[in-house]
Amino acid sequence: MTQTQTTATTEGADNEICLEARNLSVRYGKVQAVKDISLVVRARQVTALIGPSGCGKSTFLRAINRMNDLIPTCVVQGSVRLGETEIYDPAVEVEALRARIGMVFQKPNPFATSIYNNVAYGPRVQGLVRHRRETDERVEKSLRRAGLWDEVKDRLKESGTSLSGGQQQRLCIARAIAADPEVVLMDEPCSALDPIATARIEDLMDELRARYTIVIVTHSMQQAARVSKRTAFFLLGELVEEGATGEVFTNPQDERTLNYVTGRMG
Amino acid sequence: MSGLLDLVKPRRSLSRRKRADRLFAACGAGAVFLVVLWIGFLFASLLVRALPAMTAYEIALTVQLEPEQIPPDNPRRGNWRGVLAQAVADLLNAEAQTLDAELIPSERVAAKLLLSKGAAAELRSLVIKNPSWLGKTGTESARTVFLPVSDSLDQYAKGLLVPSTQDGALVSPKTAELFDQLRQAGVVQRKFAWRFFVRADSRFPALAGIAGAVKGSLLAIMVCLFLSFPVGVAAAVWFEDFAPEGRRTDLFRINVYNLAAVPSIIFGLLGLAVFLNFFSMPRGAPLVGGMVLALMTLPTVIVVSASALRAVPSNLREAALALGASRQEAILHHVLPYALPGILTGTIIGLARAFGETAPLLLIGMTAFLTSVPEGISSPATALPAQIFLWADQPERGFAARASAAIVALLIVLTLVNLAAILLREKMEKGRSR
Ligand SMILES: Nc1ncnc2c1ncn2[C@@H]1O[C@H](COP(=O)(O)OP(=O)(O)OP(=O)(O)O)[C@@H](O)[C@H]1O
Ligand SMILES: [Mg+2]
Repeated sequence: MTQTQTTATTEGADNEICLEARNLSVRYGKVQAVKDISLVVRARQVTALIGPSGCGKSTFLRAINRMNDLIPTCVVQGSVRLGETEIYDPAVEVEALRARIGMVFQKPNPFATSIYNNVAYGPRVQGLVRHRRETDERVEKSLRRAGLWDEVKDRLKESGTSLSGGQQQRLCIARAIAADPEVVLMDEPCSALDPIATARIEDLMDELRARYTIVIVTHSMQQAARVSKRTAFFLLGELVEEGATGEVFTNPQDERTLNYVTGRMG
Repeated sequence: MSGLLDLVKPRRSLSRRKRADRLFAACGAGAVFLVVLWIGFLFASLLVRALPAMTAYEIALTVQLEPEQIPPDNPRRGNWRGVLAQAVADLLNAEAQTLDAELIPSERVAAKLLLSKGAAAELRSLVIKNPSWLGKTGTESARTVFLPVSDSLDQYAKGLLVPSTQDGALVSPKTAELFDQLRQAGVVQRKFAWRFFVRADSRFPALAGIAGAVKGSLLAIMVCLFLSFPVGVAAAVWFEDFAPEGRRTDLFRINVYNLAAVPSIIFGLLGLAVFLNFFSMPRGAPLVGGMVLALMTLPTVIVVSASALRAVPSNLREAALALGASRQEAILHHVLPYALPGILTGTIIGLARAFGETAPLLLIGMTAFLTSVPEGISSPATALPAQIFLWADQPERGFAARASAAIVALLIVLTLVNLAAILLREKMEKGRSR
C-alpha cells in the first residue's frame, strides 16, 4: 500500500486537465445541494471526493454525467467541461456524453440478463460493435480489465445477478468501461462490500487509472488515502479544500478539513 | 435471576395477550371457512343445475331419404317432417311386440310427441353436410341417425318433470310410459350433449349451445386485448417516465384512475353513442364490443402498469441511462421487461373482468338471438355472459340448465385465466432474482 502511495505522488503529477467544473451550483427545488464549486480533475488519476453525509458529493458526481437531468426538480448552473466540451451545452447529446463518462453505483446493479449481455450492453447501444466477434473481444477485454475474466469466463451465459456482491460490482465496472469511456465515476462503490471485495476493487482502481480518469466518492478516509492522488473535501455543498491526497490528510489548509479527517466532525 | 424467571413463567397479562392472539387467528380462520363454504355452496348448486345440460336423450331413427321426399339437387326443400313422421311410424311398428299396443299413438302425432321440435332442422343440416346420402332409392336410401327427443320428455327422463293427466300437461303418463319402454328397448339412449359445446343458440333447448357465444366473447376479448394492452402500457410509461411534473399531469392521472371506477354500463352508453350512432359501426359486432370493453379495461391496465413500473428499482433505469442508453432504450430493454409480470397479471385480471361483463354489451346489441357461430370480428355475435342472460330469461325449462352450464363454463374460463396469470407471474419473476 505504501508503495502505491509513493508512486501515486510521483507519476502523472502534471497530467492534462480532463474535467473542469466552474462555479457549479446544483439545487433540488429550493434545496441548494452544490454551491458554486470549481474543481479541476486531471486525467488518468484517481480523485477522491470526501465529506459528511448530505454534503453534495453524489450530486456533484451526477452533475458530471448529467444524471441529475432525470430529476425534474433539479436545476444546474455554472459549467462543466470535459476536455474542450461544455457538457451543459444544449448541442451536447447526453447519451453520447454518458458513453464517454462511465458510472459505478453504490449498490451493485447488474441487469437481470447474462454476464455477457451485461457487459455488451453499452457497446451495443452505442453502436460500437457490429458483429459477434467484436462483441466477444470487447466483453473479454472489459472483463479482464475489471479482473473478473478468470472467475466468469466459463459462465458468461449465467445471470449477472447470480454473482457475489463483490463480483457484481466488478461486473458493473466492466460494464462501465466496456464502451471505452474517458472518465469513470464511482459513487461509494465499496460501501456494500466486505473488506476482501473492497481490497480487490481498490487494487483494480490502481490498474484502471493508467487508462481512465477516476472520480470516486467515499466515506472511508483510509480508502481515499489508499487509492487517490488528489482529494476534495466537501462540506454543506461547498468545496472546502482540494489538494494532493497526502497534503489534505496530513497537513490540511482549512480547519474544517482537519476536524473532518481527524474524526472530530462526521 | 428475576429476568430469567420472567421469561419462563409468563405474567398474567402475557397469557391474556396470548389468548387474544389465538382468538384473532381463530377469527381469521373462521372467516376463511365461511368464504370457502359459501363458494363451495355456490359451485355445488350451479353444478347440480348445470348437470342436466351435459347429457341429452336421443332416439335412434332410420330415415328413408328417397329422392321424391328429399330432392338431391335442393335438399332444403325436402319434406323433412314427412320423412321423420315415417321414420317414427316405422320405428313403432318395428318395436310393436316390445311395446304395449294401447300406448302407441297415432302415426300423425307420434313424431310430434316423441321428437324435439328442432329434429327436422337437425336432420336437414346433418344431411346437407353429407350430400352422398342423397339420390339413392329403396334400402340404399336408409340411414340411422340419432335425434334429440322432445324437450318435455328429456326433462321427464332427467326427473325434472312429473307426468300428469291434467289439461295442458307437458307429458302425459301414457307418453311417459311409451318413452320408458322405448328406453328399455334401447331405442332411446342418454348421450353426452356434444351439441352444447359446438353449436350456437337455438330456439330449441336440445339444439342450443355455447360455441357461438364463446367465440363471440373470445373475439371481443382479442379486440379488447389488442387495444387496451398497448395503449394502456404506453399511457402508463408516459405517466411514469415522461409526464412533466405538475398539476396538469396530476389532474390527468386522477381522471384516468377514476375511470377505473366508472360503472361499465356507462361505457356501453358511450359505445352506443359514439361507435354505433356516430361512426355507424356494425351493431352487435365483437369489434365494437371489444372496443367498449377496451375503454372499460384501459384504466385498469394503466393503473396496474403504472404501479408495476413504479416498483421497478430506480437503479435499473439509472444503470442503463448511465451507459448512454436513451430513455426509450432504457425503458424498452430494462424497465418494461422487469415490470412485465406485474403488467401482464394486471392486464389479464382486467380482461377477465371484461370477459364476464354484460351491461355494456347489452347496449351495443351483443345480445341478439343468433343461430350461427360468428365468423369474424365484424359479424353479429353474442357473448357468453349475454348468452347466460338470454337463457336465464327463457320460459322453456331446458334453457335453465343451459344457463347454469354456461355459467360453469364462464367460471372455468375465468379460473383458468387467473391461474394462467398467477403461473405466468411466478415464472417470469423467477427470471429476475434481485
Ligand atoms: N433527488 C433529490 N431531490 C431532492 N433533494 C435531494 C435529492 N438528492 C439529494 N438531495 C439533497 O441534496 C443534498 C445533497 O445530497 P447528496 O446525495 O449529493 O449528498 P451526499 O454527499 O452524496 O451524501 P451521502 O454521503 O449520504 O451519499 C442533500 O441535502 C439531499 O437531501
Ligand atoms: Mg451520496
